[in-house]
Amino acid sequence: MKTMRWSTLVPLALLVVFPAIVQSDYYRHIFIIALMWVVIGSSWNLLAGYTGQVSFGHAIFFGTGAYTAGLCVTKLGISAWWGMLLGGPVAALVGLFIGWVCFRLRGPYFALATIAVGEIFRIGATVWRDLTEGMQGILIIQSFRSKIPYYYLALLVAGACVYAIYRVINSKWGYYFVAIREDQDAAESMGISAFRYKSLSLLVSSFFTGLAGAFYMNYMAFIDPHVVFSLHYISIMAILVGIIGGVGTLWGPPVGAFIMVLLQETFRSSFFGLLPKWVSEGHVLVFGLLVIIVIRYLANGIVGDWPKISQLWSKGKPLPSATAGN
Amino acid sequence: MEVFVQTFVSGILIGGIYALVGLGMTLIMGVMKIINLAHGQLMMIAMYITFVLFEQLQLDPYFSLLVAMPALFIIGAIIQKYFLNPLLKVDSILPENQVLMTVGLGMVLTEIIRFIFQSDYKSVTTSYSTEFIYIGEISFNQAMVVAFLIAVILTLILFFFLLKTDIGRSVRATAQNKDAALLMGINAEWITIFTYGLGSALAAAAGSLLLPIYYLFPDIGGPFTLKAFIITILGGMGSTVGAIVGGVVLGIAESMGATYISMALKDAVGMVIFLLVLIFLPGGLKAWTKI
Amino acid sequence: MNLFETSHLTKAFGGLIAVNDLTFQVEKGQIYGLIGPNGSGKTTVFNLINGYYPITSGTIHFEGQELNGLPTWKICKVGIGRTFQIVKPLRRMTVLENVMASAFSLTAKQEVARDKAIEVLEFCELVKKQDYPAKGLTIGDRKRLEIARALATGPKLLLLDETMAGLTPQEQAEGVKLIRKIRDSGVTIIIVEHIMHVIMNLCDLILCINYGQEIAQGTPAEVANNRAVIEAYLGKE
Repeated sequence: MKTMRWSTLVPLALLVVFPAIVQSDYYRHIFIIALMWVVIGSSWNLLAGYTGQVSFGHAIFFGTGAYTAGLCVTKLGISAWWGMLLGGPVAALVGLFIGWVCFRLRGPYFALATIAVGEIFRIGATVWRDLTEGMQGILIIQSFRSKIPYYYLALLVAGACVYAIYRVINSKWGYYFVAIREDQDAAESMGISAFRYKSLSLLVSSFFTGLAGAFYMNYMAFIDPHVVFSLHYISIMAILVGIIGGVGTLWGPPVGAFIMVLLQETFRSSFFGLLPKWVSEGHVLVFGLLVIIVIRYLANGIVGDWPKISQLWSKGKPLPSATAGN
Repeated sequence: MEVFVQTFVSGILIGGIYALVGLGMTLIMGVMKIINLAHGQLMMIAMYITFVLFEQLQLDPYFSLLVAMPALFIIGAIIQKYFLNPLLKVDSILPENQVLMTVGLGMVLTEIIRFIFQSDYKSVTTSYSTEFIYIGEISFNQAMVVAFLIAVILTLILFFFLLKTDIGRSVRATAQNKDAALLMGINAEWITIFTYGLGSALAAAAGSLLLPIYYLFPDIGGPFTLKAFIITILGGMGSTVGAIVGGVVLGIAESMGATYISMALKDAVGMVIFLLVLIFLPGGLKAWTKI
Repeated sequence: MNLFETSHLTKAFGGLIAVNDLTFQVEKGQIYGLIGPNGSGKTTVFNLINGYYPITSGTIHFEGQELNGLPTWKICKVGIGRTFQIVKPLRRMTVLENVMASAFSLTAKQEVARDKAIEVLEFCELVKKQDYPAKGLTIGDRKRLEIARALATGPKLLLLDETMAGLTPQEQAEGVKLIRKIRDSGVTIIIVEHIMHVIMNLCDLILCINYGQEIAQGTPAEVANNRAVIEAYLGKE
């Protein structure tokens, strides 16, 4: 394994000691949520950024994972923690099914289909009360009063997810995914079954997103279809995390996750109470503006277009076009 | 039996208005090949414009059309020129850049409106909102009937425009084959700007017409964007006749779904149709029946 | 047994018959040419062999095995490689990564794929540019890359689709050299080409088609002197 660089080790070390330094439950909560979004965003990015299949429906997997954990309690009478084991595989199975249905569609049509399936799941979960308790949602008892176990669990899952994606990207699969993204027809001529490898990408992507959902159930102790199957709060948020951080990069989504969650919280709390109340309504507006700016000027996200950004800071000499991704 | 006819007729009436939303979307998709995820938000803005005109000037929504449509035409043209066209030159990993841009635009538009008007439900009740026309045992909501008729008139004007005028023909030519259109001297950039404006104006018309029937709130755009897609995919991307058929089919399907299955599942009906069409009828009804 | 043969190969798109009852055989080690005026169906034939289009009727046999209905990626695995008329580089990958992606069809290990890719790049004289992003290449190098990618899958039969189009005479001469090298290394080749002197020089046998139908089959000399062929290219005004 390659030796990790300082730029990786230092933030990681900081994250590990964070709860010891910061005692406030409020900030710990924000970081837990951010770590959860590292998982969701990275998973989305594997399918969209690396394999070129832009999903607008990742809420499907998140919600499936969350409800798997919830149903453990309501239907099986066992602890929701079993959901952490089951949530990933169940979501992956759902992913396989969706791939089988939707992968015949290319580009924007695939995106539209994922929106439709996402909405079907949301409406289905709302209406199928016998299974999901409908809009009443599922409420469980939190296992721990302290945030610390949840924090380290989130950190563990996020770390495992990013590491897994790192291994996948640097393997045969990674080459195949990008080949499919760049030119699916050429890829097929190179002996790559586009369907098989898109499905594999989706399998990993949905697995980890489902795992994040199961975590959410255990951590927040309450879920309902409106939240966990939400097009706006989950699916589109996943996309935002990916594109603002940087599609097609390993560290883009983690950076994006922290930026988005911190930004969201900064606005929701009116800059932590420093600004008037109406500012708290502004975070969606800021997200929208960010999307517009990033897509227009920083199409590869903050991480992907970092050379461009640092160019703005340094005076004078323009940087040479370094990477193939430019 | 009456219930069936009633449901069917309601479906057609609302479908005619849905068709306007779908027409705008299908033109945009046909010409620019982009998915306009801000379509519902554009409609929503028109609805707020109409609402303000009603509140302040007591202007009837059907007359507000004449204000809302040009206003949205301009907004749409600006969006295409300054936000979407420039993206064509950007080389990014995700080809769906334009789509994502419309997502961002939709969010910004929604939040601006929310900031100005707050999130509470607003409504417009005109003298005829609650009046019904009766033919035999079947009742027609007067507002819906008038809206339907206006929608039909607008659709006819649109068809005349597309078939008989030069600009209209240029739009159709660009929709069918952009490169050929370019070779024939059509300024594709202007056509895209015009088309997005036109699509927005049509969405605006639908918005004004629907205002007396729906409650208005900033997030009302999203579901309509989805409806527009269902209609576009159903009818066949770029097919104006298809959009009309798609609109009416969706209207009827939703109406039937609401009556015979349940209100809650009404939206799911649209989604399922959408998915089935995407998978099994990729060209939409257009391809299947050679409209 | 012939390495490759078609029998009454036909493809219809609705009412339009793009490929009409073609029968030909290619022996191991040959360079077989497919020529015809624009729109005569040459690329469609490749698309049929490659699995892009389903065959309407007729058969295709490769090493005695029937190919009908196999998906494109399987046909590559079976041993048929292909280049595209309009080259399809994987633009955001480097030259080396492009070829490695192909080489993975033979192995799952990165080091093995890398070695194979470098070997192929050396063979195609592109190895010095291995770290160039594919989208920055000149057209000549893109064509080399296209061939290198096809070769890295270890094909027994290589379909070359108008490789010479858009190249300078110098580049064309180099292309001819490369194609001969490929044949000499044991790969059988079917080549679609427009540029007459290239085809006449390279090919052992030629099939000339027009409107999807065969109008002549034989050695370059035979085909060049065939009246129907001359008419097809020059006769229609």
